[in-house]
Amino acid sequence: MSAADDFLSRLLGQFAFLSARPSLDLPAVNCPQDQLIAFLRHLRDDRHFDLLADVTAIDHYEESPRYEVVYHLFSSSNHRYLRVATPCADNEEPHALSIIELWAAADWHERETYDMFGIVFDGHPDLRRILMWDGYPFYPLRKEFPLAGHEVDLPATDVVERTGVKVKPAPMMGGPFHASQIGAMSKREPRADDESWTEASEKDASQALSENPRELRRDD
Amino acid sequence: MAVKEISIGDIGARAAAADEEFKGDEMVINMGPSHPATHGVLRLKVEVNGETVKACDPIIGYLHRGDEKIAENMTYNQFIPYTDRLDYIGPIHNNVTFAIAVERLAKLEVPPRCQAIRVICCELARLQSHLLGAGVYGMDTGALTVFMYTFTQREKLYTLMEQLTGARFTTSYTRIGGLARDIPEGWLGHVRKVVDEMEPVLDEIDALLSRNRIFYDRTVGVGVITKEDAIAYGLTGPCLRASGVPLDLRKDKPYCGYEQYDFDVPIGTNGDSYDRWLVRLEEMRQSIRIIKQAIDKMPDGPFYAEEAKKIFAPPKKKILTSMEELIQNFMIVTEGPQMPPGEVYFEAENPKGALGFYIVSRGGGVPYRLKIRSPSFCNLSIVPKIMPGHMIADIPVILGSLDFVMGECDR
Repeated sequence: MSAADDFLSRLLGQFAFLSARPSLDLPAVNCPQDQLIAFLRHLRDDRHFDLLADVTAIDHYEESPRYEVVYHLFSSSNHRYLRVATPCADNEEPHALSIIELWAAADWHERETYDMFGIVFDGHPDLRRILMWDGYPFYPLRKEFPLAGHEVDLPATDVVERTGVKVKPAPMMGGPFHASQIGAMSKREPRADDESWTEASEKDASQALSENPRELRRDD
Repeated sequence: MAVKEISIGDIGARAAAADEEFKGDEMVINMGPSHPATHGVLRLKVEVNGETVKACDPIIGYLHRGDEKIAENMTYNQFIPYTDRLDYIGPIHNNVTFAIAVERLAKLEVPPRCQAIRVICCELARLQSHLLGAGVYGMDTGALTVFMYTFTQREKLYTLMEQLTGARFTTSYTRIGGLARDIPEGWLGHVRKVVDEMEPVLDEIDALLSRNRIFYDRTVGVGVITKEDAIAYGLTGPCLRASGVPLDLRKDKPYCGYEQYDFDVPIGTNGDSYDRWLVRLEEMRQSIRIIKQAIDKMPDGPFYAEEAKKIFAPPKKKILTSMEELIQNFMIVTEGPQMPPGEVYFEAENPKGALGFYIVSRGGGVPYRLKIRSPSFCNLSIVPKIMPGHMIADIPVILGSLDFVMGECDR
């Protein structure tokens, strides 16, 4: 039994609410929301996990619980990683507890997770968008958000009024290194699998392109 | 001759005294997102009282391209060029970090020659990054000359990259389980010549700035980050080490065979902008030490893992002449390399700090979720904490000393 496995089994033995999480490298545990802060405080204060390396989330889409918040901790003295995952209660309006009181680093990480997934971190003093602009109506890393994006107004409404310019979703033509070829791109490129849109069935009318993307491309 | 002693004093106290004296007006000023002192498209909303900063709110995201969303829609191999565009100051290190992360997922061991080449690449990237950091840091403090010295050296590193990868800037050199190609004939000799010539230049840069009175006055005691703050805010890399935390993933969590090389990890004592300068300068010398050892011990053998056949596109010649390789290539291009389901998180010591990739795989050729933990993002998050109390003229100095790059911060 390796040191990491040993550490994990001792942790699981000590806290009954934890469950082991499948992982290919680091020791990983699942922790319920209500125990999370006490557990993380214990890890920080008594087990030397002093660095919060990363906070992020996973969207499991059609499963429940749909959203999971994942924390990566690192110990600067023992040089050991730990992954802690916690499910978010509500699938429609996911909530999680902010851990900003434990690590100041959580501030921007939680803002980013909120920005990308729409997970509201209760107790965060200043939860606003960080990478997208204020007032952006979507959460881009949710699985239902298409790679091609949705049409939204530019953030500067006065500029839109004056110029009439709107943001258009990029026509999805495969990767950056692909030349346009004949045939339906969405069928030919397995990686560009955007279920909400194909050449045959367009996006719903409100989001539809005003012109054919292929035509646009030829004009370039 | 009487010597007049000049005391630098506490910058906060100086600022407070100046504040008392001038009784400035309170206002909010905007720096960036297109501003020469903010190093890329960073925007700062600064509340000032006269010349003194009261609050500082960094607004990021102007370079957000949705790399994580893009990664969910393409195969592991296809994402490698996107990693060039994270920390584009030393792009080849991002390639290596991403390749190792996916190799952990695929449970691949790369051969020693591949590891040694990757170490040289990583350290050349560190030199690239720190040379740029040092040069523009000099400019931020008003010392234009240093930039000329560092960029002359950086240009030589670009030439090395061009010889190795065919591209000066966007290298895309690593493959999952190996490298795009072996090192060209005589390349190691070029590397040795370049780093040999670089060593005296580093001493010159050191002599130009480290004991320069103006530089000293502008950086000592400015932007102090305590050990506790550095850890609480999740700082990594030179910014963390300058605060006195001896954490270097090359030593503490060795990857790529770093444990075979003999090098020191410089740490600072005060955690101010001056310490961050000294740490980067010493790291460059240590990088040269590692590169020389790697050249001396360069092992022979293959440059990609044998087991990587299912991931690695076969050589072009074989694709054109052999049926099996043709099918293999077709499968890799259309379906992507097949990965087992599971989760991995790998961090490497990039020039700016710990760059991490968290990959959630559900099998198949496309990651289900790929999170990029960017060191510049974390290092920048401490700006609202350390800026207040400084003068407006200190803002470029502190930003320069943090040495971030927005391509990586915004992803």
